Amino acid sequence: MNALLFYITLGLYSVATVAYLAYLLKPRPILGRAAHWLISSGFLIHAGFTVVRYVEAGHTPITNLHESLSFFSLAIVGVFIAFERKYHVFILGPFVTPLALLLMIGSSLYPSAIPLLPPALMSNWLFVHSSLAFVSYATFAVAFGAAIMYLIQEHFLKRKRLGSLYQKLPSLDVLDEINYRCLTFGFPLLTVAIITGAIWAETAWGTYWSWDPKETWSLITWFIYAALLHGRLTTGWRGRKAAILAIIGFCILLFTFLGVNLLPSESQHSYQRLLGGM
Amino acid sequence: MNIVVVGLSHKTASVDIREKVAFAPNHMDKPLRELVALPDLTEAVIVSTCNRVEIYATTHDVAGGMARLKRFLADYHAISLETLEPHLYSHHGEAAIRHVFRVASSLDSMVVGEPQILGQIKTAYGYAAEFRSSGIILNRFLHKAFSVAKRVRTETRIASSAVSVSFAAVELAKKIFGDLTDKTVMLIGAGEMCELAAKHFLNSGVRGVMVTNRTYERAVRLAEEFGGRPVNFEDFIDQLHKADIILSSTGATHFIIGHKDVEEVIRRRKLKPMFFIDIAVPRDIDPKVNDVENVYLYDMDDLQGVVATNLEQRGKEAEKAEQIIDQEIGQFFKWLSSLEVTPTIVALRSRFEEIRRAELEKTLAGWKELSPDAQKRLEACTAAIVNKLLHPPTSLLKKTGQGGRTDLYVDALRQLFELQTEATEEEELGELEE
Repeated sequence: MNALLFYITLGLYSVATVAYLAYLLKPRPILGRAAHWLISSGFLIHAGFTVVRYVEAGHTPITNLHESLSFFSLAIVGVFIAFERKYHVFILGPFVTPLALLLMIGSSLYPSAIPLLPPALMSNWLFVHSSLAFVSYATFAVAFGAAIMYLIQEHFLKRKRLGSLYQKLPSLDVLDEINYRCLTFGFPLLTVAIITGAIWAETAWGTYWSWDPKETWSLITWFIYAALLHGRLTTGWRGRKAAILAIIGFCILLFTFLGVNLLPSESQHSYQRLLGGM
Repeated sequence: MNIVVVGLSHKTASVDIREKVAFAPNHMDKPLRELVALPDLTEAVIVSTCNRVEIYATTHDVAGGMARLKRFLADYHAISLETLEPHLYSHHGEAAIRHVFRVASSLDSMVVGEPQILGQIKTAYGYAAEFRSSGIILNRFLHKAFSVAKRVRTETRIASSAVSVSFAAVELAKKIFGDLTDKTVMLIGAGEMCELAAKHFLNSGVRGVMVTNRTYERAVRLAEEFGGRPVNFEDFIDQLHKADIILSSTGATHFIIGHKDVEEVIRRRKLKPMFFIDIAVPRDIDPKVNDVENVYLYDMDDLQGVVATNLEQRGKEAEKAEQIIDQEIGQFFKWLSSLEVTPTIVALRSRFEEIRRAELEKTLAGWKELSPDAQKRLEACTAAIVNKLLHPPTSLLKKTGQGGRTDLYVDALRQLFELQTEATEEEELGELEE
């Protein structure tokens, strides 16, 4: 039953992504609406899948790569739908939904067995800490999509090549605004996620901060976004600079999320470790 | 019933001819009433814009009707027909319908896709409706033309891009700033082009205008005109950071805004984007300004490049529009031809009946000994012959009336059986040609 929900979600995300890419080629409003409808129904089913999984496992389903990738994808789609509704830009879809789809495909490649969580980690902090972290990641993912669009559109305007993609992309101002909104929304969430993580670490492992690779890289990510927000508010890092930093920030974030697992040193956040010393 | 179009446009006549035959918009009742009073003309609409003067009319007599319309145009404006004739075009039937659909869809405009023409035809139709010079056919025809134009507008992107330099500048500004309502424009120098662009920006809702000019009085005067604020030419660089959009067209022989100036200004603006439009030749703004972060500089060549791309795109869209028009012509023509069928059948029947009566009377007149009963039989027999003869063409006409090329049959029948008095048509033609 749960696997069925997962594959329905995967299917809906695939069709929605195709619809969004088609919308990029032929911006007919009906295609945009269809894509929006598809991704929204995919989101609801995905949310359903996640709740069922939560009930089955008895804890927030983000304890292995299968669950985490799926949860990240869910958060991205949710934040994306919110932004699409707010700014009425279907054209954001082709730049964000492929990422959500890739994460879902990645998730499907990992075993879906429900892992046994060490008792030390069974706590409400798991839900608070990780869902905050993932929602903040998702807003940065949307900022990443908008930043790529910004750089493309800026390139067209600077080089004076005003083809059909130029016509379809929104104005630089709207793209920069999305970047800013994502930042002001995502940064506080990331901050709280790190703080709650530290508190949870204190209750579970007896220390607030142990400089494990995940923590270090999270801190680096946090500093990047802090610098961007600071630059924006004081010296006006907007437009191109903000877009580039949003892209760099997201790449480091992805490394924090996935790459840390590949580092030789053992991390307490690694999903293998989470599985209780596999 | 035929639709005919007679007129001239920017494609066939220069402005000095066009202005002579233009109709004053406030006095449309007189020409419209005169038109429908002409023999054989039943309905008429006059479209008169600065680029075209056209009469749409309905008539039973195509050649005579068109000749009368030409004569009317000449007489009404007191020009000799010889001077006017070479500039006039005339269409009838399908060509006339195509012409009007194309005009309404702005495919025949000087700037293809410009939106005004549809409004102008609507106004023209408004006058015709007001003075009752249009009837069932032209009403339906023009409403169809409006819906075709609307279809072309929504299904093609023919009107979606700017094709004048000043509009292109506004479109670019919208792609940079999104909303222009809280933006400020600075005008450096003056000139027709610059002022036109400034007007377009004001129409797009920019908040403030600053004007600077080497002659301060001129700046003051222009600022008043635009409801803006004059700035001293000596320190306009110091005010530059307050402007988002800068329009420059001075007669300066060297760059008046340099790379360094803009770098400093953008820092002062905390990197808020700026859009420089340099429409001066020689240029006013150092082209390197375009390399400054969040600054966009377009000169006259760049803008013309944008316009050329847009025009090319419009050309492609125009092909799609022609296809839409093709479909719609077919539909409208079906309706128009169906109007023809019934009168043609009636005319055909009465023609046959007339011949039958005449021949029967002639025969009976010299055949007194025939009993009344036999007379009745003869009567019935001839009527049956006529009915049998008429049955196939009548049913064919009725059938094709629901689709197909009825006009061909109608035309053939009219000529074969002389259903219309062809003689008068030729007489009048001869008379007009003299």
